[in-house]
Amino acid sequence: MTISYQLKRADFIFKNENDWEDVLNKSISCSATELINELISSELKGRGGAGFPTGLKWKLAAEVDEPTKYVICNADEGEPGTFKDREILTMVPFKVLTAMAVCGYVIGAKDGYIYLRGEYLFLLPELNKAIREFEYYCDEIKLDFRIHIFMGSGAYICGEETALIESMEGKRGEPRNKPPFPSNSGYMNKPTVINNVETLAHTYTIFKYGAKRFYDLGVQYSRGSKLFSVSGDTPKPGIYELELGMSLADFVEEFGDGDTKAVQVGGASGFLVPRKRFAETAIGFQGKLTGISLPTGGSMMLFNSSRSMFNVLDNYLEFFREESCGQCTPCRVGCQQLLMGIKAVKRGEKNARYLDKLLRLTETMKLTAKCGLGQSVANSFSSIVENFREEMIY
Amino acid sequence: MNPVSELIKNLADQHGRERHNLLPILQGVVEQEKYLSEFSMIEIARELGLPASEVYGTATFYSFLEHKKMGKYIIRICKTITCSMKGKNQVLLAIEDMLKISVGETTSDGTFSLLQTNCLGFCHKAPAMLVNNEVFTDLTPEKVREILSSYLKK
Repeated sequence: MTISYQLKRADFIFKNENDWEDVLNKSISCSATELINELISSELKGRGGAGFPTGLKWKLAAEVDEPTKYVICNADEGEPGTFKDREILTMVPFKVLTAMAVCGYVIGAKDGYIYLRGEYLFLLPELNKAIREFEYYCDEIKLDFRIHIFMGSGAYICGEETALIESMEGKRGEPRNKPPFPSNSGYMNKPTVINNVETLAHTYTIFKYGAKRFYDLGVQYSRGSKLFSVSGDTPKPGIYELELGMSLADFVEEFGDGDTKAVQVGGASGFLVPRKRFAETAIGFQGKLTGISLPTGGSMMLFNSSRSMFNVLDNYLEFFREESCGQCTPCRVGCQQLLMGIKAVKRGEKNARYLDKLLRLTETMKLTAKCGLGQSVANSFSSIVENFREEMIY
Repeated sequence: MNPVSELIKNLADQHGRERHNLLPILQGVVEQEKYLSEFSMIEIARELGLPASEVYGTATFYSFLEHKKMGKYIIRICKTITCSMKGKNQVLLAIEDMLKISVGETTSDGTFSLLQTNCLGFCHKAPAMLVNNEVFTDLTPEKVREILSSYLKK
């Protein structure tokens, strides 16, 4: 089954933003319901990787009857191969700040937080300057909204929204049980909307141009454009805004080095797609009618034939073992055992069938781990082991 | 008053003494002291009225909150997949050779500490490293030697 969809470039996110004051004014002259409906009809889904419908998220928080609510911008960009959020905050910070204020207006929040990963501390001076200018304008138009920055301190798991909240509350970044979801009970147990940096930037596009302009991009179930962080064995690494729904074959045609063996879609927590399946794989959210569709936070790492897939998996597993918060046993022990297990097979201490035991372990982790980290280790593990089994053994 | 106790008191005055102010206070101590000593953690617990074990539990969760004495400049070299593919080990060897320390160690004069870290978000400009809060990308052994020399002259 071949997907006929072609790679199409888009240019919304990084387009100049001298009109943020107009977009803010235009937005807050509409009712909250109108804005929510606009977002829902755009079919925007979260761009952090999980893909929850953004309009619905805002709606759920707006419906809770509670005087104190919060807006949080998730800038804890830590997925290996992802570097778009920093670029957005550097190039077009006012789009994000405006979107946060509009979200505050819609749900009834007076405080917004940007949770910025510790590795990006160097962004602070410029970002603070932008926030001061933004708040000055909010005062001028009598919009009661304040934006604060909360710094992370080096923990991948804090990109998970409930771990992020725990971290903001001064605790270990250990994910909470869901429900309750943050839209009901988030930061300080108040209704909270947490959106990825890029998601907020897309809401700006939608409020500026209307839902239709956004909806017309992409394909069914995967509307709009998306930033892709392209790295690895490619002659043109960087950040590209593309319409969703393209086939991986077209992507590799554009970004590959002519010798692409496999592409990791969605970072270490995503899937590795081998060359033989490029044509049947589409980049978008689940539910597409043809071919295999992969959700992604936008990390696209290309590997050419000089790369050992064992080394790639070994690197991912070491990453997960270190970044697992340690709270639940399937993830804490599972990541350790997977890493030790593939090394033992490689050294010949375990026979090749042991890989099947490890695959079953990832299935258990998928079912029993508490959060997306432990659940998603199975993605890269099974897609690498199943497609490159011989490289794991010899 | 002990200077660390004074620093902690000032940070608590600035940020507040609630549990949700804990991380900014821990970060403030690390910024000044380069690490969290047992004494610092007990002092923070006292200042905020928290059990010391809670402060310790939070502090040791985060990889940037060091609890071992660190050098003036902390080098954190990214070891995640793309940096690893693009020559991280050669850069690391060049650093080890120049500073005569291994990963996890601090130079005897207390100038540099060398650590590895997970994805810094510069995969398109790999390999990358942080020296304190400053980022350096597209590293080569030659380039990293120049960078460290410039720090030595500071």
